[in-house]
Amino acid sequence: MIKSYKLKRGLANGFIYLVLSVLGLIWISPLVYLVLHSFRDEGLATVSYLLPKTYSFKNYIDLFTDTATLNFPKWFMNTLIVAIFSCIISTLAVLMVSYSFSRLRFKARKPLINVGMILGMFPGFMTMIAIYYLLKAMNLTQTLLALVICYSAGAGLGYQISKGFFDTIPRALDEAATIDGATRNQIFWKIILPMSKPIVVYTVLTSFIGPWTDFILAKIIMGDNRDNYTVAIGLQTMVSLEFKAAYFKRFLAGSVIVAVPISILFLFMQRYYVEGVTAGGVKG
Amino acid sequence: MKYIEYMQLNPFQRFWYNFSTAMKAFPGKVKAFFVAIGTLIVNFFKGIGKGVAAYVSRFIKGDWATKLSYIIMGTGNFSKGQYIKGLLYFLLEIAYIAYMIFFGWGYMKKFPTLGTVEQGMQINPATGGYELMPGDYSMLILLYGVLTIVITAIFLVVYVVNTVSAYKIQQSVLAGEKPATFKEELKDLLDNRFHVTLLAFPTLTISVFTILPLVFMILIAFTNYNKAHLAPGKLFTWVGFETFSEIFAMTEGASKGATFIELTKWTLIWAVFATVLNYLFGMILALMINKKGIKFKALWRTLFVITVAVPQFVTLLLMNQMLQVDGAVNVLLMNLGLIDKGILFLNSTALIARITVIVVNCWIGIPYTILITSGILMNIPADLYESATIDGAGPVRSFFSITLPYMLFVTTPYLITNFIGNVNNFNVIYLLTTGGPSTENLYQAGYTDLLVTWLFKLTMNSQDYNLAAAVGILVFIVCATLSLITFNLTKSAKNEEEFS
Repeated sequence: MIKSYKLKRGLANGFIYLVLSVLGLIWISPLVYLVLHSFRDEGLATVSYLLPKTYSFKNYIDLFTDTATLNFPKWFMNTLIVAIFSCIISTLAVLMVSYSFSRLRFKARKPLINVGMILGMFPGFMTMIAIYYLLKAMNLTQTLLALVICYSAGAGLGYQISKGFFDTIPRALDEAATIDGATRNQIFWKIILPMSKPIVVYTVLTSFIGPWTDFILAKIIMGDNRDNYTVAIGLQTMVSLEFKAAYFKRFLAGSVIVAVPISILFLFMQRYYVEGVTAGGVKG
Repeated sequence: MKYIEYMQLNPFQRFWYNFSTAMKAFPGKVKAFFVAIGTLIVNFFKGIGKGVAAYVSRFIKGDWATKLSYIIMGTGNFSKGQYIKGLLYFLLEIAYIAYMIFFGWGYMKKFPTLGTVEQGMQINPATGGYELMPGDYSMLILLYGVLTIVITAIFLVVYVVNTVSAYKIQQSVLAGEKPATFKEELKDLLDNRFHVTLLAFPTLTISVFTILPLVFMILIAFTNYNKAHLAPGKLFTWVGFETFSEIFAMTEGASKGATFIELTKWTLIWAVFATVLNYLFGMILALMINKKGIKFKALWRTLFVITVAVPQFVTLLLMNQMLQVDGAVNVLLMNLGLIDKGILFLNSTALIARITVIVVNCWIGIPYTILITSGILMNIPADLYESATIDGAGPVRSFFSITLPYMLFVTTPYLITNFIGNVNNFNVIYLLTTGGPSTENLYQAGYTDLLVTWLFKLTMNSQDYNLAAAVGILVFIVCATLSLITFNLTKSAKNEEEFS
């Protein structure tokens, strides 16, 4: 009896190992393909076999040195600049909004929270057309400044996750500090922020990653000004009909360069990501 | 029905019972929803009424300086020694009036018609020659009109705050207190009124870059701004609900109405498949990885989760390339000898393209579900499974009787947000197929276009701005209704003070 139970469990586990291996292979193989072929030396855009025959760093070197038509290093710097500035502004905005909604009590609090919720329900890029015209009226289209403005202007609306975090810090701390004569400003900087390192890190990382992965807004704003592209639209340009034949391998190399750091950042902060997404659900 | 009676029913009777009670409760819920909206509106107007009453009573009770600050802002503060604050109010009023005279009023005046003078060849009175004269630019009139309205609204708030402030300082002087100096007021902004300091900047940027564009786009839906009325060459004007009736009008051929219905159907099919398949298979995989006795859990998890970590546009562009006729997938299938000729996955027939899109979305979405549900799955009490095994339930039976009900109970809000996310899933469709395969049967859309990608194409390719805005509003109504339901389901909004 015990033997047959063990056998049955062994069979079940064997089956699971099989399923996981097959599916794992399916899931990981496109990424393996991406990495391997980014080192492929021979052939043009595509080859009629799966594994490359010769490997070299040529695609990576070309990507950074041959910048006459498509300037990847420039795009990379553009994205870095936009990411740094919008990261600073959005992090501040998010922390400011979530702190005041979580710790401060004032008359307009509830109405403002509701307005924020309703604004979040509109399809994001419905407003993009209007934003485009607004920027055009300000003479800012096709500039990096426009991108920074767009990424950080609405950032305050993404306050929910950090508000949830601030809510869990005991209010007794605030009260004790108030009795000791601290102002709200001091409480924010000296008590709440040092206690909220995880959520600050999370906010910084998400707002830093945003510009690297956003595609559609950058495309609308930049139009055909290739000098000011970010990596996302730049890489898409590389696989457009016009460039695909010559640039496909460099596209793969560029994708690897963008994907590796962002993947590492994500793996570090996946815990917060999960907490953020499920926060509403588990409580209900 | 008592619990014991319920337990005696067979599954079909139970389902019917649950279904019918849900249906019976439905009208009540709808009624409650509208009653809630009604109360909200009533309360809003009551609030305005109260505000106006307070505004008038402050004026009656106020002294001369308070009364004067109803016309010249800041006099109340100035007369009681708050010079800087009073001066700031006054300067603000001057600035607003200057803005209206030199800029805002000119656009507000034309706002009701959106311009009357069309650009065209006319005799230029200055030079006397026959030249192309600029006309009214309807788009800018609308944009700056909305901007002026927003600025006026902000100014009105400041104005009312000014009257309140004037009255308050009058009261405190009467009570024998010393009015706060400007320095003290600034200090207060870092303490008791810290929320004003914190929220001022985000509110400003959100007003200009979210609310203003949103109002603008909503208004566009009620105009005839399309390729026949392109500004600045032509004028466009208000047409009321004409654009909406255009969407629902059924005419022969590739009409907008037919396209709207076709795309709505596909958007819903897509959202249901994308949500349900990802949810079910993701959960099953998460269960497999976390099963007792399975080794290398971290390895399996990372194997799947790494696809979430890679930026979506990279994986989507890569998938798009791999699914081309000479792409890696076809190469693999040919090397295996399964096919002789490459398959056109993305641009042959509607069915193949749609299936491909859903399958690729599974590849992208299932790891998300694994990531999200793993933790919750671990929280299901183990004794439930143990007693089920003792009662003779197999793994399939346990899944459908324990795991699924439990998970559905806990993750319904996540499911609904996920569903809304899929309705708005621009990236997957646009980067994978660009909406194709294209067709003559649909107006400016392909077979895999969702409503949101259609919206994008309508603005970018065919300049049907009004149509796009109307579609956006319809999508919003659907999403907002679903979000409201979700919000009512999650109690997190109600017990936010739980920890404090």
